[in-house]
Amino acid sequence: MCVIGIETSCDETGVALYDGERGLLGHQLYSQVALHAGYGGVVPELASRDHVRKLVPLLRGLLEQVGLEHDAISGVAYTAGPGLAGALLVGAALGRSLAWAWDVPAIGVHHMEGHLLAPMLEPAPPAFPFVALLVSGGHTQLVEVAGIGRYRLLGQSVDDAAGEAFDKTAKMLGLGYPGGPVLAARAERGDPTRFRFPRPMTDRPGLDFSFSGLKTFALTTLQRESAGLGGAELEQLKDDIARAFEDAVVDTLAIKCRRALEASGVDTLVLAGGVSANRRLQARVDLMMAERGGRACYPRAEFCTDNGAMIAYAGWQRLHAGQHEGLSFDIRPRWPMESLPAV
Amino acid sequence: MKVLAIDTTEEGCSAALSLDGEVSQRFEHAPRRHSELILPMMDELLAEAGLRPAQLDGLAFARGPGAFTGVRIASAVIQGVALAADLPVAPVSSLRALAQRARRELGAERVLAAFDARMNELYWAACEADEAGQMQLSGQEQVLPAHALPLPDGDDWVGVGSGWQAYSEELAARMPGVSIHPGAFWNHAWDVATLGASWLASGKGVAAEQALPVYLRDQVAWKKTAS
Repeated sequence: MCVIGIETSCDETGVALYDGERGLLGHQLYSQVALHAGYGGVVPELASRDHVRKLVPLLRGLLEQVGLEHDAISGVAYTAGPGLAGALLVGAALGRSLAWAWDVPAIGVHHMEGHLLAPMLEPAPPAFPFVALLVSGGHTQLVEVAGIGRYRLLGQSVDDAAGEAFDKTAKMLGLGYPGGPVLAARAERGDPTRFRFPRPMTDRPGLDFSFSGLKTFALTTLQRESAGLGGAELEQLKDDIARAFEDAVVDTLAIKCRRALEASGVDTLVLAGGVSANRRLQARVDLMMAERGGRACYPRAEFCTDNGAMIAYAGWQRLHAGQHEGLSFDIRPRWPMESLPAV
Repeated sequence: MKVLAIDTTEEGCSAALSLDGEVSQRFEHAPRRHSELILPMMDELLAEAGLRPAQLDGLAFARGPGAFTGVRIASAVIQGVALAADLPVAPVSSLRALAQRARRELGAERVLAAFDARMNELYWAACEADEAGQMQLSGQEQVLPAHALPLPDGDDWVGVGSGWQAYSEELAARMPGVSIHPGAFWNHAWDVATLGASWLASGKGVAAEQALPVYLRDQVAWKKTAS
């Protein structure tokens, strides 16, 4: 069974083909980051308008890349939520009508399930059960995964997502938008001993996160220390703040992951979502899992962020199990992952 | 010529199948239920006619202006079918399609079609019937506040569409000679099929990637200026 996957939940248009026997056959991505950069954040209406322009050319490019005729495709998967309603509707409408015209089944995929299963596309995929840390610009969640569709939410951010905190702090330091990856690069030049930021909510039991205070801590540090500074000294200060901020986020995420693993009694940790591409976070959990005698898995960098491959894979799992949608294409901008049926 | 057409511009949701000018249609007044209804409507029409999508000669859709989300649903649905079945597409002005319905049902020859565009504006077009009985735009489609709309030349204009309801007092005062159709008057895919079939017959059908919405209102976000 060969399934086409379509992702349009936010500001990336992604398409891919996944085959049950041959694996991932191809994928294509168009990022709207440059489109939204001048606005300081994703503008939903502009995102929707861009998806409807880019999706067909991407799909044609994919079919050409893979060298497949239409009749080789046996199912269509599209992201049905969570995400921006208008953006989701473009992918859902196009995906569902494509399946109707081809007379093949279609399935609406949960975006976070896509992320969570993305490491399955790698050469040594994780085995169930595992604990997953879903960490991106929109989400910070710890999930216990017993199997596909068998998810238990262990904890999540009570305010900003980790990636959102990265972007907001970067913006505050004047590093542009979206500045998360730039902030991480600046942190590499920072002195890890100059400042120590708090590790929010680690001084009490529980698996929830809070990152909005760290952003404020970074701001007050900048205001306090930058008086009279200019040039290289000011840049060094920003590097040092970036490092202290990143260390605090990484440490906090790792502490909560360790607690989640202990509570669940499993020895595999999966990282997914845009922030899971962060090198310090990967190094930190690799070390932690080695000490625990377990294993950390994360997708290749291009599948950490939003992509069509993870949607094709998650859709294949559900279509292969006989699940599919009717001709109505409902989207679910808010959609608890725990409500998904098991496979 | 076999043409499947859809409209999800405003609160109406409809699909129509035109077989050499013989039209069958599904219509529902269904605000915010387009994604639920449109494909089942298309599916029913083809099943009744014993056709598969690939056996059609082309597709047509109301490409706007109208509610952004509705217009995009029609566009994306048609893109999917056009890509899958390799069919040409006729993107039809939703205002022109409304005028065509006024021609078909009210016998109007000169129509001022107006949708409520919110934000104190209207989507607006003046259309006149040609010799073949098809409504053609006279001038351009526009998005404007009621007080800035161009006044129609001459008499016998019929006003239709949600814009005439939303701005009834202002429009009646500004254009006292216009005969305003009372009550709701939504687009029908029937007329999208009629206008689309002519477009396709003249060989002007476009490929899936060109089946794009026309919003008219293009300023939807404002860049932050450096402070």
